Amino acid sequence: MATILAVDDSASMRQMVTFTLKGAGFEVIEAIDGVEALSKAQTAKVDLVLTDVNMPNMDGITLVKELRGLPSFKFTPMLMLTTESAGDKKAAGKAAGATGWIVKPFNPDQLLNTIKRVLG
Amino acid sequence: MEAVATDNTTQGVAGALDQYLTFMLDGEEYGVDILSVREIRGWDSATPVPNAPKHVKGVINLRGTIVPLIDLRERFNLEPLEYGPMTVVIVLNVNTDKGEKTMGIVVDAVSDVYSISADDMRDPPDLGDSVDTNYIKGLVNVQEKMVILLEIDRFLNADRLPTSSDYGLDA
Amino acid sequence: MSVDMSQFHQVFFEESLEGLDIMEQGLLALEPGSQDLETIGAIFRAAHSIKGGSGTFGFGEVAEFTHILETLLDEIRDGQRVLTGEAINLFLQSVDCLRSMFDSLQTETPLDMESANALHKQFEAMLHGTDAAADTSEAVDASGAPENDAPASTGWVVTFKPDLDLLRTGNEPVRMFRELEAFGEVTAHCDLEKLPTLGTLTPEECYLSWTLEIVTDEPVESIKEVFEWVEDESDLTYAPLGTKVEAESAVETADGNEAVPQVDADVPETAPEAAAVAPAATAAPDVAKRSEAAAAVVKANSGKKPDTSIRVSTDKIDALINMVGELVITQSMLGTLGENFTMANLHKLQQGLEQLEHNTRELQESVMRIRMLPISFTFNRFPRLVRDMSQAMGKSIELLIEGEGTELDKTVMEKIGDPLVHLVRNSLDHGIEMPEDRLAAGKPETGQIKLNAFHQGGSIVIEISDDGKGLDADAILAKARKNGLVAPDQELSTNQIHELIFEAGLSTAAAVTDVSGRGVGMDVVRKNINELGGGIEIESAKGVGTTMRVRLPLTLAILDGQLVRVGTHTYIFPIINIIESLQVKTEQINQIAGGSEVMRLRDEYIPVVRLYDVFQIDADSTRLEDGLVVVLEFDNEKVAVAVDDLLSQQQVVIKSLETNYEKVDGVSGATILGDGTVAMILDIQSLIRMAGVRQSHIQKTISL
Repeated sequence: MATILAVDDSASMRQMVTFTLKGAGFEVIEAIDGVEALSKAQTAKVDLVLTDVNMPNMDGITLVKELRGLPSFKFTPMLMLTTESAGDKKAAGKAAGATGWIVKPFNPDQLLNTIKRVLG
Repeated sequence: MEAVATDNTTQGVAGALDQYLTFMLDGEEYGVDILSVREIRGWDSATPVPNAPKHVKGVINLRGTIVPLIDLRERFNLEPLEYGPMTVVIVLNVNTDKGEKTMGIVVDAVSDVYSISADDMRDPPDLGDSVDTNYIKGLVNVQEKMVILLEIDRFLNADRLPTSSDYGLDA
Repeated sequence: MSVDMSQFHQVFFEESLEGLDIMEQGLLALEPGSQDLETIGAIFRAAHSIKGGSGTFGFGEVAEFTHILETLLDEIRDGQRVLTGEAINLFLQSVDCLRSMFDSLQTETPLDMESANALHKQFEAMLHGTDAAADTSEAVDASGAPENDAPASTGWVVTFKPDLDLLRTGNEPVRMFRELEAFGEVTAHCDLEKLPTLGTLTPEECYLSWTLEIVTDEPVESIKEVFEWVEDESDLTYAPLGTKVEAESAVETADGNEAVPQVDADVPETAPEAAAVAPAATAAPDVAKRSEAAAAVVKANSGKKPDTSIRVSTDKIDALINMVGELVITQSMLGTLGENFTMANLHKLQQGLEQLEHNTRELQESVMRIRMLPISFTFNRFPRLVRDMSQAMGKSIELLIEGEGTELDKTVMEKIGDPLVHLVRNSLDHGIEMPEDRLAAGKPETGQIKLNAFHQGGSIVIEISDDGKGLDADAILAKARKNGLVAPDQELSTNQIHELIFEAGLSTAAAVTDVSGRGVGMDVVRKNINELGGGIEIESAKGVGTTMRVRLPLTLAILDGQLVRVGTHTYIFPIINIIESLQVKTEQINQIAGGSEVMRLRDEYIPVVRLYDVFQIDADSTRLEDGLVVVLEFDNEKVAVAVDDLLSQQQVVIKSLETNYEKVDGVSGATILGDGTVAMILDIQSLIRMAGVRQSHIQKTISL
């Protein structure tokens, strides 16, 4: 089953995302910010990255950029969790190499639908 | 109202069987629902609780929790008996209005385990003041003997002294 | 899939309240006009997380309220707007407002939207005062509900010409085509025109473009959604499909996959073993978290009581795991030793048992440490309090905080918060003078309040000091005499006079102010601290300042006890309450009206409690002079308890009697002694009550 790297500084969002994804049979690796995600990404095979944008230490856009630079993440889908008001974030995220975005607030069904869209 | 089997293999049929642990007290045999029994242990000294009712013999250390012991003879206003090697403590889980509590009852000796159907249970007769019928779930005949099944949740509220209403004297 | 979102609420509430603390601290640290992007960023992130989470977890009112907050913060962060003092105040009020909203959500009581609405209006006024942009809340609604009323058609023709580097964002045309297939029949024409020769082909680039015909009833918006993520990196056109097209020469969508070769194969398999291990390692904590969340839900549903969980740093858990590891080693060593034990191994056995004792003690300490939190959790509320109160009173006050990393038990922390607030309010209100008075007294205009915390022995000491006017001993004594607390001819030391402020019914404020004259007096503060097994001391010099020193046990789970014997019974006194133990002489004992006994000790009369009497047990002797009396103090009241003998002193673990029994008069709990038997821990407060007469009362009735 596919492994998803879920990055969010909010524990409740992480919990919700992990619970939803695991319930759908995915493996989930959690990270609390870009720095942790980057270090966890080095040692695991990840099929999809799901990252919040606003995070301390390293934000989601920088994370996407950094990950895209790694050979193993060249084509890995990366989705950003953005809010409806952050239009410029979407553009910045795309420029950094993000595959797409999921707009907050979202519910577990929306999350799974989007992820299934990407992972086929 | 005939004798019931002591084996427990017939469970699941109509009039489901409940298992009861029975013990002796002043020549009578009493039963408590075996599901509420946590363990059976010998009598060991207890630390008295200041100003407790006389049937509360004290508290013991049960693997780190403090558990009160209640002398059932004294609780039933029976003649107290000197504790000896046969004296047994049955540790029970009791549902009280303050949640589940663990308590021990001191009895003369443990007797047997019976499977009893609710259909075979009779209502208790009026036993006068010595034992309040409120605490009795029912009577049952097992191998020509009468066993008194106790409603432990009702009478093991050790957190209060028995009052006249406990003995059915009000109303 | 349906997920019960309420299981995440507890965690969300906790992190949101933490976020509000971060916002508050950040706001208090900012001066108007500040460009401190790091702090503003942290405040923004906290607000942003609360907004995102509350939207996701179904708390629309919170999300909506936080949204306008976030909008303003965003403008400040981007430098479009200057952070004004007015804005800081508004943000601080919003933090309070959000706190009370979360409070209501946690206890499942209806939200009071009045203050939220009022603040919302003020934010709007602030936003639109300098910026005529469209109403943001409307913008949210608009994007939340996209127009869906485009005319239906039999389908759509899409031309899709991606940029060369489309694949580098992880987007795959074949995936989008599959999505389109969900809407209806898809026919794809692939344009291979740009495909270079094999020699010049870069497999990572997308040279292909497509014309897609989708036979569907779906509106064009649904089709556009499929390409939403790539619309900036592609040329896309959408046109209605006129008639149904039976395209024979259609290129199968699967061909698209072949035309972009090696996409999948090109992803290197990085350390597959690591991949297998990592998910397994994360699985266990997740399960734990999930059950924790489930437990939290049960709690919330049954009691509607907020928050009893605790966050533990992984360091502490790791230390615990190490300790358990050592314990297991010791246990297996002892097990091996026991299998073939001979007296020759006695020395090894003793060593093993010593090791076991050492392990057990360390384990106990580590477990206790889990409940320990830095006192900053309590101290953090004071900057706000001091800021708001000094503004309201027109005083200029600087707050210094030291030792905020000092740890203490969570339960103690929760209970000490209110007494500390009272003490700080006291310093603010009665301690620090008005600026003009300070200048007149030759002091700096700005007063200083200092909070300090440190460990001392097995206690934590919290000091609240100010450089204000200090206590006026003469005024206190005069008032105490007037209230009958002190006899007219009684002489007291300055220290004794200071102690009087802890007596009920003695307020030192010349006028009852709005700030501290609200019913709760210093007597209650002392009582609360005593109930935690602690004490409070006062040190004050007129004109120079006052220091309040609160001493608390680090934990409520363990107590330093003095074992005493009455007949065959062993009881335990908390050492913190013991003043002294002594042999009493017959002439020191007086009978007073009502049959009570008092003991004269130096210039004090202390009520006597005979333990064998109140507990109705047998003692060695009923003559007081045969045994000992232990003088104990609680809440400024003393009591002399008669016992047969003093035994050892030891730390005891406090066990509840009420778990399986009930509250017993004179007893606060029980403990298990080294021999496995149970001993009662005595409750000094209730022994004082059982004495039947109060020392303070005796002091007034007996003339010296």
